[in-house]
Amino acid sequence: MLNSKFVLDKLIEKFGESVFGYEEQFDMMAIYGDKELNLKMLQFLYDDEDLAFRFMTDLTAIHYPNNKGEELVVTYLLYNMPKNFHIRLKFALDINKPDIYTASKLHATANWLERECYDFYGVNFVGHPNLIRVMNVDEMDYFPMRKEFPLEDQTRTDKDDEMFGRGGHFNFGKFSV
Amino acid sequence: MIHNKRPVTHNTNVKIVDMPEGVQGEGFMAMQFSKVIGLARKNSIWPLPFATSCCGIEFMATMGSTYDLSRFGSERLAFTPRQCDLLMVMGTISKKMAPVLRQVYIQMAEPRWVVAVGACASSGGIFDTYSVLQGIDQVIPVDVYVPGCPPRPEAIIDGIMRVQDLVENESLRRRSSPEYVELLKSYGIS
Repeated sequence: MLNSKFVLDKLIEKFGESVFGYEEQFDMMAIYGDKELNLKMLQFLYDDEDLAFRFMTDLTAIHYPNNKGEELVVTYLLYNMPKNFHIRLKFALDINKPDIYTASKLHATANWLERECYDFYGVNFVGHPNLIRVMNVDEMDYFPMRKEFPLEDQTRTDKDDEMFGRGGHFNFGKFSV
Repeated sequence: MIHNKRPVTHNTNVKIVDMPEGVQGEGFMAMQFSKVIGLARKNSIWPLPFATSCCGIEFMATMGSTYDLSRFGSERLAFTPRQCDLLMVMGTISKKMAPVLRQVYIQMAEPRWVVAVGACASSGGIFDTYSVLQGIDQVIPVDVYVPGCPPRPEAIIDGIMRVQDLVENESLRRRSSPEYVELLKSYGIS
């Protein structure tokens, strides 16, 4: 029976100090590792007969603007289908040098997911065969899911802040709010 | 021998549009040509539905038998811009979709009209975000805006009727007027 502790022990046994830590939320283990070894870890999890994480459910990034030096966290969600078991792998990157090796040679689905991840967070997947924007317009010159970019469209000029409850005041005839 | 036993029933609910004003006499009738063309155009608009989200679902109800858009002469919906008169944009248009929409508009032949159905097509609606076009009038000129999120079929029909008013009363020379050329030029369409 596969469980989180078994996976963690296996990884620590193999990679030692390069496994930085772990956390368990909602019965799912998230393991932090050295970004230089991301491919090696994925390959090990793939090849090992007991682990056999051979299905990549998801790949995404998270932006933590306050964690200086490790702002972008690339997250892999791996799945062992025969044993119905998920784990997460996390690799922190410096936002000024967001390079990580591509997993598209190992998991074909990573090709699309890494393009999407690049599109929204600007993570540079080294070795990806076609790292261009996939969801957003080609002319876009920023990575919109990074936290420094507000959700609202900044190109609008017709927006009246008063109507959105920011500044100003409403005047309902005789009284104002 | 002609059998005519079945009583002939005429559908008295069928409405026929009124004739334009004119001078009638024995064997002739004189009226403004533009009025006749306006009448014909108004009652035979071919809509091109460009439906991307829930407003499109409302439009499906509008086309259905309960609301019956065909009553207004818009029987023939087509998905080819070359043959259609009225571009109906229904739903959220993302920035990535904008060039496609513009291309569809360019492919339509004059005279052409555009109706923006619903909040998203009119102004971006609730999607005030980096990926959504804040109103299709940023890329193509719009004749009628239908408010609502989504608008009820009645509202869409009202929008169509406002388009009919425009079509009926449009000057035949409007499309070659300097104002119209200037308008298209401001959108980069010529």
